[in-house]
Amino acid sequence: MVSLHDLTFSYPGSKPVLDGLSLTLEPGRIYGLLGQNGAGKSTLLYQLAGLLFPDSGTCRVGNYEPSRREPAFLQSVYIVPETFRLPDLSVQSYVRLHAPFYPGFNAEICQSILQQFLITGNDKLSSLSHGQQKKFHIAFAIATGAKLLLLDEPTNGLDIPSKQQFRKIIAGHLREDQCMVISTHQVRDLDSLIDDILILNEGRILLQAPVSLITERLVFKKVKSHGESGKPLYAEEALGGFAVIARNTNEESSRLDMELLFNAALSGNDSILPILQD
Amino acid sequence: MEFNNQLSIYLQIADHVCDRIQLREWAPEEKIPSVRELAVTLEVNPNTVMRSYEHLQQLGVIYTRRGLGYFVAPDAVAKITALRKELFLQEELPQFFRKIYLLGIGLDELKDRYEKFKNRQAKAH
Repeated sequence: MVSLHDLTFSYPGSKPVLDGLSLTLEPGRIYGLLGQNGAGKSTLLYQLAGLLFPDSGTCRVGNYEPSRREPAFLQSVYIVPETFRLPDLSVQSYVRLHAPFYPGFNAEICQSILQQFLITGNDKLSSLSHGQQKKFHIAFAIATGAKLLLLDEPTNGLDIPSKQQFRKIIAGHLREDQCMVISTHQVRDLDSLIDDILILNEGRILLQAPVSLITERLVFKKVKSHGESGKPLYAEEALGGFAVIARNTNEESSRLDMELLFNAALSGNDSILPILQD
Repeated sequence: MEFNNQLSIYLQIADHVCDRIQLREWAPEEKIPSVRELAVTLEVNPNTVMRSYEHLQQLGVIYTRRGLGYFVAPDAVAKITALRKELFLQEELPQFFRKIYLLGIGLDELKDRYEKFKNRQAKAH
């Protein structure tokens, strides 16, 4: 559904943010996009949304080239940026004015999500708190039914109950023909939702792998001492011992520790990534 | 539901389903929540719940009726008990033995305590 090939992009006067990046995304899956500050996560999402254009290389979403900004493409993609400004309108008026741009817009879904988030139609958007504005934007995004949904740090600014609701809403609304890309630093908020990990580093995709494949080949565990699990591939000191990543030789089932994997991938450790590549 | 950090989520979901069945909250031959419903309740990816259900189906704990959803197998409770007993003997018991060995706790002492425990359980019910 999404295919990027050798894409390069730089902001005026600086070195490339995306540098020969290639990537393929499938429908029916939720991708977790991880990367350090300034790695280019938002830039990548903007490329997919047709808000920034590649300097070179190709970017295709469905049958479209986002940079051509064809109406049929724009109807099928929606991005919730990390920061945004909503106009001085009531919730109702905003939905009435913007929903017609999305032929698949489902007013009932919009209504029901807003209700779960305790936002009512008469609320003025500009007088909502940042967190509430974000929730409004998420509700609108899901209701568009867009084939490609891009969420940039969606849980930033959400309170504890809203984060829970956010997970329920995503779990309840992802359709098989939809693809979601969620960029995040808050991996603990979202790791139960993510199908595939994408790690962006130095302008390229350093790692792309399904969670199921990662836990098939690697095992994540806490040990009291280094020796306990043979030779770990990567270890970090943690409360009560070490958090380690080891090769999964005994068909053990463990839960993927995304933070640990992220740190391992960026540490320059050269033994882990090859194991995850086919 | 609080997921622990050790076991993969799909197995923890399968465990959750087995608990509901073992506690008779979901009766034999009864329909269980759809993949989507359980995903929303547990706030997890529906694909993960799908994986859990497939796993439980392979174990014969649940089965599907075409177009109707997933149902608890008639002998699910017995199957779960057998599976969990096997798991306990294979995984937890050796660890338990290791601990009592290290702490020098003898079987006689354990036996006394276990008898007392059984009496308390019997009284409670």
